[in-house]
Amino acid sequence: MLRLITIKLLQAAPVILVVSILAFLLMSLLPGDPAVVIAGDQASPEAIAAVRHSLGLDRPFLERLGIWLLRLAQGEFGSSLMLNQSVLSAMGERLPVTLSLAGLSLAITLPVGILIGSIAAYYRQTWVDSLVMTVALVGVSIPGFWIAILAVILFSVVLGWFPSSGYVPFAQDPVLWLRSLVLPASMLSLFQIGFLARMTRSAMLDVLSQDFIRTARSKGLSEWVTVGKHGFRNALVLVITAMGILVSTALGGSVVIEQVFALPGVGRLVVQGIMARDYPLVQGVMLIYGFAFVAINLAVDVLYTLADPRVRYD
Amino acid sequence: MTELALAVPAAPAALAPRRRFRLMRRLVGHRSFQIGLVLLVLLTFAAILAPLTGIDPSSMKVRLRFRPPSQAFPFGTDGFGRDVLTRVLYGARVSLWIGFVVALLSGVIGALIGVLAAQFRSLDALLMRIMDGLMSFPAILLALGITAALGPRMESVIIALTVAYLPAGARLVRASALVVRELDYVLAARIAGASPLRIMLRHILPNSVSPLLVHMTFVFAYSILAEAALSFLGVGVQPPTASWGNIIAEGRDYATEAWWVMLFPGLAISLAALGLNLLGDGLRDVLDPRLKGPG
Repeated sequence: MLRLITIKLLQAAPVILVVSILAFLLMSLLPGDPAVVIAGDQASPEAIAAVRHSLGLDRPFLERLGIWLLRLAQGEFGSSLMLNQSVLSAMGERLPVTLSLAGLSLAITLPVGILIGSIAAYYRQTWVDSLVMTVALVGVSIPGFWIAILAVILFSVVLGWFPSSGYVPFAQDPVLWLRSLVLPASMLSLFQIGFLARMTRSAMLDVLSQDFIRTARSKGLSEWVTVGKHGFRNALVLVITAMGILVSTALGGSVVIEQVFALPGVGRLVVQGIMARDYPLVQGVMLIYGFAFVAINLAVDVLYTLADPRVRYD
Repeated sequence: MTELALAVPAAPAALAPRRRFRLMRRLVGHRSFQIGLVLLVLLTFAAILAPLTGIDPSSMKVRLRFRPPSQAFPFGTDGFGRDVLTRVLYGARVSLWIGFVVALLSGVIGALIGVLAAQFRSLDALLMRIMDGLMSFPAILLALGITAALGPRMESVIIALTVAYLPAGARLVRASALVVRELDYVLAARIAGASPLRIMLRHILPNSVSPLLVHMTFVFAYSILAEAALSFLGVGVQPPTASWGNIIAEGRDYATEAWWVMLFPGLAISLAALGLNLLGDGLRDVLDPRLKGPG
């Protein structure tokens, strides 16, 4: 176990380096002089020079890359220009919102997606299968922010069931917290449920057609044990693989959903950063998300080995 | 040397005619494929024939602001008195074009990277770590960052989404190329003296294509959704050029009063994505018979 984690960590190291370099390169994509872009068109030459110096843009490319990596190694992720705050603390303030949103969305997605995907596989080629898969297909085809706006009109403006925007911290009032997140989280889940249901269905179909399922049935095990235990356990391996993608799309989707519901999370921070040309902030957030993903994928790999003893790394 | 190379069975370059014919027949008979194809063809025609409405998509008539759907304006008019139907039709050109180009570019570049990695083992680790790195960012966030840096234009959106969706294609092609390169006919080609480049392009690539084709169809769908999201966030195609995403973004401010402005482009996006997903499902079922769909 420990050996496995060590191997995985060693494999993740170069990816972390690549992620750092990619985030650095993003800044070099800026056309023209980034200092001018950041300082604004009306800035005086002195102001531009100051920005250039403070960002280290007056140094050669490789030296800048070296400094960037060195700083990262010391845990320095840069600071936001518009907030006058380090990226880490700016993100720290907003992360609870995004994690609540993405977490709640995954809490809806996982049981629903797996359940309806399995049902479709079990009743394959029947109307149940067609119905469930049509719903799943619609889920992955509808733009999330669009259906979210429509949902706001229906559930907030017309029916008044949920607030149309804003966020209440959990510590302040757990009930209002949940109420402020139910609508955004369910809208975020629509794509995910569709995605997971489609994936679960094909994984289950694969498993249910295998010999050991026939053996289980023929030795008289109940359908529940056959499908629920033997079948599901095996399909779980594929579902775990999907976890990485699900977390990724949940965090990506939260950028858009936070914008619709005016939730003060990391996604909204990024969009504000982009509008304010606060590139160090955007860069920092991307970097932290990138690192988080390397960690999540690592966890997924380890879980994968736990769920399927046949998978072994040497 | 040339003669020897010719002596190698020519089969791998493409599917044998009979098998290709059978695949076509199964595709044409596949329900999802049929529905998807019809949807996509209709939308493409709508995009091509957009000028037939005879209305300029950006002509503003303040007098005609916020007209609800009627016979004269089937989809109503927006806050500048522009015809929403015309804008949705012109938006189809932009959105479908972006989706198509992104699917094509990310597929082709991804395939090249994947085959290179499979064929030249020394490049493998480097290329795949770069792909892993790109995949570590949520796709929409990566695209957001790139478009923000390059400036909000159609080209930026295309580049950003291509970069975001390319790693998955590269991984897919690499995986299947790794299997194909061990097959006997590749060995035969190598013995016959075919150059690594020729083996790569003539023998490995064509036989790794079918999973990629399915993948590209889905990327087409994702790109249309992602373009809309980027435009909604304000970094996509900029008004007055209509794209499905920016019509929704503009219509959002008065969504409660003039719901029709944002309703129709959203429906168009959903139909396009639905059509492409159905098409992809059909292709997958036929090209990869192990995964049967609901029929």
